[in-house]
Amino acid sequence: MNFRSVTMTMAAAAVGLFGLTGAAQAEGQFIPNLVYKTGPYAPSGTPTAHGFADYLAMVNHRDGGINGVEIIYEECETGYKTDRGVECYDRVKNQHGGATVINPWSTGITYALIEKATADKIPLLSMGYGRTSAADGRVFPYVFNFPSTYWNQMTAVIKYIAEQEGGYDKLKGQNLGFIYLDHPYGKEPIPTLDILAEKYGFTYDKYPVPPAAMTEQKSIWLQVRRARPAYMIMWGWGAMNSTAINEASNVKYPMEKFIGNWWAAAEPDVIPAGDGAIGYKGATFNGVGTDFKVYEDINALYDAGKGSWNREEIGGVLYSRGMAAAAYVVEAIRTAQAEYGNRVITGEEMRWGMENLDVTDARIEELGMTGLMPPVSITCDNHEGQNPAIKIQQWNGKEWEIKTDWIKADTALTRPLIEQDAEQYAKESSITPRSCS
Amino acid sequence: MLEFWFFIEVVLNGMFAGTMYSLIALGFVLIFKASGVFNFAQGFMVLFAALCFVGFLEMGVPLILALVIAAAIMVAWAFAVERFVLRHLVNQEPIILFMATIGIAFFLEGFGELLWGADVHPLDIGIPDGAWFVGPDGVMMVQQFDVAAAVIAGGLVAVLALFFTYTRIGRALRAVADDHQAALSVGIPLNQIWIIVWAVAGLVALVAGIIWGSRLGVQFSLSILALKALPVLILGGFTSVPGAIVGGLIIGVGEKVAEIYLGPYIGGGIEEWFAYVVAMLFLLYRPQGLFGDKIIERV
Repeated sequence: MNFRSVTMTMAAAAVGLFGLTGAAQAEGQFIPNLVYKTGPYAPSGTPTAHGFADYLAMVNHRDGGINGVEIIYEECETGYKTDRGVECYDRVKNQHGGATVINPWSTGITYALIEKATADKIPLLSMGYGRTSAADGRVFPYVFNFPSTYWNQMTAVIKYIAEQEGGYDKLKGQNLGFIYLDHPYGKEPIPTLDILAEKYGFTYDKYPVPPAAMTEQKSIWLQVRRARPAYMIMWGWGAMNSTAINEASNVKYPMEKFIGNWWAAAEPDVIPAGDGAIGYKGATFNGVGTDFKVYEDINALYDAGKGSWNREEIGGVLYSRGMAAAAYVVEAIRTAQAEYGNRVITGEEMRWGMENLDVTDARIEELGMTGLMPPVSITCDNHEGQNPAIKIQQWNGKEWEIKTDWIKADTALTRPLIEQDAEQYAKESSITPRSCS
Repeated sequence: MLEFWFFIEVVLNGMFAGTMYSLIALGFVLIFKASGVFNFAQGFMVLFAALCFVGFLEMGVPLILALVIAAAIMVAWAFAVERFVLRHLVNQEPIILFMATIGIAFFLEGFGELLWGADVHPLDIGIPDGAWFVGPDGVMMVQQFDVAAAVIAGGLVAVLALFFTYTRIGRALRAVADDHQAALSVGIPLNQIWIIVWAVAGLVALVAGIIWGSRLGVQFSLSILALKALPVLILGGFTSVPGAIVGGLIIGVGEKVAEIYLGPYIGGGIEEWFAYVVAMLFLLYRPQGLFGDKIIERV
């Protein structure tokens, strides 16, 4: 039996109770994390949470904290459920002198927390998920969604398909397929896809997958077999992804033309389909594997017995994404400390740090994370960053291989849409957008 | 002509999907038939049984031995449920027993996760996953896995039917199902019957878990498959083993045909609720389900 897992779970619980410092009352920079390590979505939530926890533990272990300020880390289990996520937020927000930043790790929870967190002056980092129009910092001062949003991801996926076909003009007359979780997350990029279809002259069929039926997709893939779309794009989550990949393989759909978004392209999505998943592609904004300099420090953490997980499981897509999120958080705290002094900073000061975050290629190299995370530059009015982009990775049966360089999103197309949606939200919520000039 | 073959393919796939739903529904039927309890934990039993099986396989235990150990665990589980839960609830209202099964469900989910972790476990027990192409120019595709699953489901139903009809225990189970008090008065021990029926439901859950796990990987979403069994039960009747199979076939075919031919006109994603519409339409004419026992209460 998996007693090691049991031991690690208990250890993680202990860490959750007492924080990484082992002293709940000690002064430190409190970074809670809303995780889901239980339930149907746990295969995706677990590695993300461990990557996040390990990076912060590594900063404590290697540097003694951020400029001498130790990090206090706590997890709260949401089960990927919005109501429990809100409960978790309320539970952690005032602990240890107040939360610095909240990572909800769920679009539903993010939506539910936007108003609360704004009122509490605690920044939300919904890294690559959540409300796309929160990228407009004038309306959403406490919500950040760098390094990219769903809408921009869709423009980059279409750009990749156009490159594969020999140019945007080759898209004209093509028919694509879009399979998505029938949920606000899955529907989020549809308006962008509609605009792209009109702009480039292609058509697409929608294949919604109801959340309760995500493990039974036979009728969808029968339709795909009949329609034979030139490419299939997937906006899925949890068991929906592995079921779709399995069914695509069953109906002999060419896997190299099946592209998942960055939440549909991790190890738990492809492993259940076995060899049938070979060739499947997915978007990503982070690197994968352990061949990065930063892993010297992560390994040292595990050598010291302070790693949060099974050592042999680290380095996957979602573990790396968790690390990237933690690295952005740490860099934002450093930015805030540069302004306010090397001390524990408040949520409001953290917002300033995030809004002035500038993680350059040079800084990423210093962090030993070149290729593991993209550079971002955040401003008052742009909380997504200046250069949203994706890479395409492909599953070879054993691991993900990065196949492209950064593919830049079409922000000229999406930014007006973002501002329009944010403006609408501001109107409905009686918010006067702040000035960023 | 192509459309005709496609229609046949849709119907066939619906039937195959239906047999998979029936596998889950069978476990519900067995327990309801013998005790009048709707076992909310059946989906979680499917998950737990599959987790145990794949867990032992991953530890290097040979396939047959892993199957035997997992089956033994499900039998032990039946003993534990009777000893620690059901025995204390004899003569309670059915709703109390139903609530108890909700508790059992959540315990089993957490216990399974504690023992085996929350990872997705791939499962390959050698069921063929190729396809046959039939019809003119091989226009229609038939998945070998689906055929194998249908054969296994059919075999399981045949075994259960023989068990209920020709064995002494089977006859006792039917007696308890017909009338608890009459069965007790002729010396049939209710507690033992409960253990047997929960054990058989556990073994059915193991088979269902292995088949579904081979297709999707053994993961926690297996527990939500129970939702797919509900319309099957409504339609087929809560007390009929053949009803679970026929109900599964009707629901499977109905939802696939509706999704493909009706779905595109109303936005798609309709098969989930359409299954319940089909079940409710049948209920209007046969409230006890297609094969369920008609309850006649004398005043």
